[in-house]
Amino acid sequence: MSNPNTGAQPDPFADSEVVLDVNDLVKHFPVKEGILVKRTTGAVQAVDGVSFKLRKGETLGIVGESGCGKSTLAKLLMRLEEPDSGSVTFRGEDFLSLRGAALRRARRKIQIIFQDPYTSLNPRMSVGDIIAEPFTLHPDAKPAQGVRSRVKELLDVVGLNPDHINRYPHQFSGGQRQRIGIARGLALNPDVIICDEPVSALDVSVQAQVMNLLEDLQQEFGLSYIFIAHDLSVVRHISDRVAVMYLGRIAELGRDHEIYGAPAHPYTQALLSAVPVPDPTVRGQRQEIVLKGDPPNPANPPSGCRFRTRCWKATDICETEDPVLEVRAGTTQRTACHHAAQNEDVSALD
Amino acid sequence: MSQSPTTSPTQDYDPSAPLLEVKDLQVEFRTKAGVAQAINGMNFTLNAGETLAILGESGSGKSVTAQTIMGILDMPPGHIAGGEIRYRGQDLLSMKPERRRKLRGVSISMIFQDALSSLNPVLPVGWQIGEMFRVHHRMNRKQARQKAIELMKRVGIPAAEQRVGNYPHQFSGGMRQRIMIAMAIALDPDVLIADEPTTALDVTVQAQVMRLLKELQVENNMGLILITHDLGVVADVADKIAVMYAGRVMEHTDVFSIYSTPAHPYTKGLLESLPRIDAEGDRLSTVPGLPPTLTDMPPGCPFNPRCPYATDLCRTDRPELLPVADGHTSACHYREELYAGTITAREEVQS
Ligand SMILES: Nc1ncnc2c1ncn2[C@@H]1O[C@H](COP(=O)(O)OP(=O)(O)OP(=O)(O)O)[C@@H](O)[C@H]1O
Ligand SMILES: Nc1ncnc2c1ncn2[C@@H]1O[C@H](COP(=O)(O)OP(=O)(O)OP(=O)(O)O)[C@@H](O)[C@H]1O
Ligand SMILES: [Mg+2]
Ligand SMILES: [Mg+2]
Repeated sequence: MSNPNTGAQPDPFADSEVVLDVNDLVKHFPVKEGILVKRTTGAVQAVDGVSFKLRKGETLGIVGESGCGKSTLAKLLMRLEEPDSGSVTFRGEDFLSLRGAALRRARRKIQIIFQDPYTSLNPRMSVGDIIAEPFTLHPDAKPAQGVRSRVKELLDVVGLNPDHINRYPHQFSGGQRQRIGIARGLALNPDVIICDEPVSALDVSVQAQVMNLLEDLQQEFGLSYIFIAHDLSVVRHISDRVAVMYLGRIAELGRDHEIYGAPAHPYTQALLSAVPVPDPTVRGQRQEIVLKGDPPNPANPPSGCRFRTRCWKATDICETEDPVLEVRAGTTQRTACHHAAQNEDVSALD
Repeated sequence: MSQSPTTSPTQDYDPSAPLLEVKDLQVEFRTKAGVAQAINGMNFTLNAGETLAILGESGSGKSVTAQTIMGILDMPPGHIAGGEIRYRGQDLLSMKPERRRKLRGVSISMIFQDALSSLNPVLPVGWQIGEMFRVHHRMNRKQARQKAIELMKRVGIPAAEQRVGNYPHQFSGGMRQRIMIAMAIALDPDVLIADEPTTALDVTVQAQVMRLLKELQVENNMGLILITHDLGVVADVADKIAVMYAGRVMEHTDVFSIYSTPAHPYTKGLLESLPRIDAEGDRLSTVPGLPPTLTDMPPGCPFNPRCPYATDLCRTDRPELLPVADGHTSACHYREELYAGTITAREEVQS
């Protein structure tokens, strides 16, 4: 319950059921080189030891550099990719060892809304068929009211005109297509929805509608969300907790006011400092932390702390010792940094 | 390794003309459901070295505008029903296709919204970037490959030498977007249309890409049309803004006026729907309702069904884009009142 020492608000999800328990998940992609004979010359460490818990009704936001493994993590949780090692427990069941009918049943309960509304919808299928596709894959989940009537209901839920059920994706704008993806994600009444950049393609007024919609659906159905996005304001608004990823690992994980109000990992601080402010009168005044150098090659990450090559705080220990994700002195969230400390200059709250 | 371009004879250009001028552009789609007026009277001027941001609801015609300027609109079903697009005084719409094709990528270039589907999945990315140099600058394979590596480094792809031979699916969404940017800037265009160039990128890379575009702009005095939803990016880089709704420009002014004194209810609604990074907030304010179907536009102002200020006048008469202040135009009957802040929303549509 409430912590008298820090005055922090109690975590409203502390006693809720753990829906997903992810432990030390690893996925490497082999890198092949050669013109005629392909040889494996290394591996992109897309996800390299990621652990977290997701509770019922909770939203975990995931942010981080493009290529840091967010979508790969999402695919692992969908079992669209198989991990090299690690475990995922879904509502008490060992998710990774499920096969056949049991896997199909569990899969129904974890749905994904994809990043790219342009390529994730089959252009040759009508909108009605796209949204009804989950019922074809899971015939035992066919709605009693009839597929067509349920599809129309879903179109209505996401704010699309149910009369447009026979249209094709190209007849919709990017934002409208994203709603089609959400409707499809909702079709099977999932427990967990993984949203991979669900609102990036939308203008802010529609984005606000979709976010309100996601929040309403969460309230109504007790859904848990994993919400991947680049827009840090959007993530803050919708998330209860936020994980900041860098090169296949979680750099910092905490409640949203901890991450945004008192970020302690240098990478989180750099991210927050780069957020453009929607006010032209402060143009050029932002104290942006410009990271030195280039993002490292994910097939050959730096030793020790993966962020050290770009970090202004790095010392010898960062090169030799891999920092664990843990609560550090002076902070309440977990940080994977030897020099974790609040930076007075960086916080989204000033 | 400087090579002279083999294209774009410049003798017909009018040196006093603006870099790019769009006048009363009309684009429609002829579909089974009827004629959809995707662009209905688009006007703007872009000068060298300037950044124009185009903002607007999804489906409001931003990408169609870009495709029409680039000359890559799907025709049919697309059809240019009227207007002019002038590049250095020359009307592109009446130009010979052969000549126009030579401008594409060289003088006017574009970063596409959907990086994933714009790259060829069966060709290495380095080959695709290098193609620009092989075709337009007649470089050999080796030179083109070297150029491709340079550009990949320039847009911040790590280990460019090793990854030049990789295929698109081996890159993350953000990296594919940077590869698209590399292709678009390869030939130092005069006009660059960037259709949501940073939507797929994290904020540090976004900042890096915007800095890169800014640098190129200063170096080459390039005109930049930036299509985006991100009001933060707009505030950071734009000189002028056009706000579109249902195929029309609703408001057009400089970047400072848009944020301080919006004179159109749609612009106001957009600014109010922004989630704030410095607060958790509960419910976001939205613009209720949905944009109109283009084949079935409401009479009067296209925004009236969603507008908290709409009156009977708005349901019958379409407002023209008219000035409220110097260099500030708005297509609203109540633009003066909005600009002065002397109007209040009607109760029933407030949400
Ligand atoms: N099928 C694959 N084969 C080889 N490498 C891959 C594959 N899929 C992803 N990768 C690599 O794994 C890393 C992580 O990619 P991922 O798509 O998970 O990143 P992301 O965090 O979602 O990025 P973005 O924000 O750009 O979408 C990248 O370096 C990417 O190039
Ligand atoms: N090939 C096409 N056939 C029929 N209609 C089309 C076609 N391409 C676009 N449209 C329609 O034209 C309108 C404008 O589309 P456009 O892609 O320009 O929107 P946008 O403003 O770029 O939206 P977003 O922000 O979602 O990308 C939309 O209503 C769209 O449905
Ligand atoms: Mg991704
Ligand atoms: Mg578009």
